Amino acid sequence: MAAAAARWNHVWVGTDTGILKGVNLQRKQAANFTPSGQPRREEAVSALCWGAGGETQILVGCADGTVKHFSTEEGRFQGQRHCSGGEGIFRGLAQVDGTLITCVDSGILRVWHDNDKEASSDPLLELRVGPGVCRMRQDPVRHHMVATGGKENALKVWDLQGSEEPVFRAKNVRNDWLDLRVPIWDQDIQFLPESQKLVTCTGYHQVRVYDPASPQRRPVLEATYGEYPLTAMTLTPGGNSVIVGNTHGQLAEIDLRQGRLLVCLKGLAGSVRGLQCHPSKPLLASCGLDRVLRVHRIRNPRGLDHKVYLKSQLNCLLLSGRDNWEDEPQEPQEPNKVPSEDTETDELWASLEAAAKRKLPDLEQSQGALQTRQRKKKRPGSTSS
Amino acid sequence: MAKAGEKSGGSGNKGLKRKAATEERQEAAVAEHGTTESGVQPSKAAAFPPGFSVSEIKNKQRRHLMFSRWKQQQRKEKLAAKKKLKKEREALGDKAPPKPIPKTIDNQRVYDETIVDPNDEEVAYDEATDEFASYFNRQTSPKILITTSDRPHGRTVRLCEQLSTVIPNSHVYYRRGLALKKIIPQCISRDFTDLIVINEDRKIPNGLILSHLPNGPTAHFKMSSVHLRKEIKRRGKDPTEHIPEIILNNFTTRLGHSVGRMFASLFPHNPQFIGRQVATFHNQRDYIFFRFHRYIFKSEKKVGIQELGPRFTLKLRSLQKGTFDSKYGEYEWVHKPREMDTSRRKFHL
Repeated sequence: MAAAAARWNHVWVGTDTGILKGVNLQRKQAANFTPSGQPRREEAVSALCWGAGGETQILVGCADGTVKHFSTEEGRFQGQRHCSGGEGIFRGLAQVDGTLITCVDSGILRVWHDNDKEASSDPLLELRVGPGVCRMRQDPVRHHMVATGGKENALKVWDLQGSEEPVFRAKNVRNDWLDLRVPIWDQDIQFLPESQKLVTCTGYHQVRVYDPASPQRRPVLEATYGEYPLTAMTLTPGGNSVIVGNTHGQLAEIDLRQGRLLVCLKGLAGSVRGLQCHPSKPLLASCGLDRVLRVHRIRNPRGLDHKVYLKSQLNCLLLSGRDNWEDEPQEPQEPNKVPSEDTETDELWASLEAAAKRKLPDLEQSQGALQTRQRKKKRPGSTSS
Repeated sequence: MAKAGEKSGGSGNKGLKRKAATEERQEAAVAEHGTTESGVQPSKAAAFPPGFSVSEIKNKQRRHLMFSRWKQQQRKEKLAAKKKLKKEREALGDKAPPKPIPKTIDNQRVYDETIVDPNDEEVAYDEATDEFASYFNRQTSPKILITTSDRPHGRTVRLCEQLSTVIPNSHVYYRRGLALKKIIPQCISRDFTDLIVINEDRKIPNGLILSHLPNGPTAHFKMSSVHLRKEIKRRGKDPTEHIPEIILNNFTTRLGHSVGRMFASLFPHNPQFIGRQVATFHNQRDYIFFRFHRYIFKSEKKVGIQELGPRFTLKLRSLQKGTFDSKYGEYEWVHKPREMDTSRRKFHL
């Protein structure tokens, strides 16, 4: 059952104990999926990304250097490949054209063949990005471009089909008012849609916009928020603002046109580890060290929609970008529902049986609607698995 | 006389206490409320037309008088109701319905989904492999470093000394203006397992930072109500070198479990029951009360306790993952008063 329903989960969360959790917000259920049936801390999930073929596969990067394939259709782990080399956990995972791109903490970026047969083969391409990488992100439009950044590791944009040198290498800002060098700590990177620009958020509570198309290598825009390191960032639908989260659990939406703070979202109590906005709906999913997954609504009206306690510290999340938030078509539900409802409604409809043959489909649909309406009344609520 | 008539008419409420005052009051009452009744004498309740409340009387003295009469009346009614209920209970004897339980804030606590279920495997695995696993697997034994903020005053110094007698295998060091981030690597190299820093403000200790050492969480507490040994009445003799037992009360939620385990990992695993000493960390409504007692069993069921050592109250402000790094560390839980303290019935530990 859990396996069959796995495709309808709205959010997939990776935890510190190696469990991949699928959360269905409509039905308020959370399911645990582990590759070996037992949680193991060595398999702590550090990176998640969608696999090939829409949202049917998830690539799970674990702390022991393996990337596991999880199928949402079947609800189980299918295969894994050991992406060895380099120390540190995965900081970025991406896939393009049947190849897998991985980047680890020590700065080794590798492109692997995604075939199971060649599981132990050498990487197709290896790049040294510089030590202390905090994030590697793939351009959602041009899949062969990746950006990397980290602690004392400035933002670099690489073209995997091009040369071994980065296409764009960012320059540090000028010395501050005391003439001291401003330290660099890029924690998260996003590519802005419809342009070549990139946004980064830093551990020194700055949000910076870079434009490789312009001659200047320094950031085009810089905004600061709060006093704590910003750990996660996501773009809002609309593309004019970003939402950042810091180690204190404060979430803020920052406008990129003017560089000012728009709104703060409240509710989180621990450091924000993962943030993602839905591409079209005004929904924001956030997860962090306080072991709770929260889904906020960022526009009219702003507030918390769902809160799910998930028992382990959450490291990263994937929000399903599909438009149809309602799950499952009616068919699989009906055989379960009809027998239980038959007894209740038998007496009612017995008298109308003569004309009931045409009415039965309406009955089931209306009852289905009633059920969903009843379910909706329970929102906002919280679930536990 | 009109006055007499009014007097008797206006005394709708119980008994006349002060005739002079009441006379004036009645006149005023009659003057103010034209429709005030004359045939009111027989009825003792609601002498005034509906919609009239005591607060509408402008004169403070008269208003106060009317209010105090109303209060006395209420008290009498309440007492009468209680007596009646008691009589009914006695009359029914065994068949009396059980007494209703009074509502307290602890009873009415909002359901917290993070309360740990003892059968939960995921949480059990999480706890079995967290930073305290090596302590709970008996692989390491605690060694504590106690220090203060810079230039401590007398109370704080004495509290540190007393704490070091309470916590076995602990050492007090003077903080010579050293940065915690520099002390911590030195502690780790000298095999210390925990670091306690007592923060002082205006000559009294008011904060406690408890950092589990190799890479464990750091908890920051507000400390209040600190009583040193000589301030504790009817206390016993000083604690001996025996290892005390520990009692952790009421740490039910997941956060509470983490904090409880932090406290447990301060004390060695093998309590010496010969010493009859016990340290209690009692959590109630998010305040953690620390007490240190010596107990003695006077008979099968009677226990006597003597309070020894220092006594203080803690409230968790933040729990940070990793050793002390308040600027760049990641927080597992931060107390945010404006967001978390909105309900009087919601607690986090």
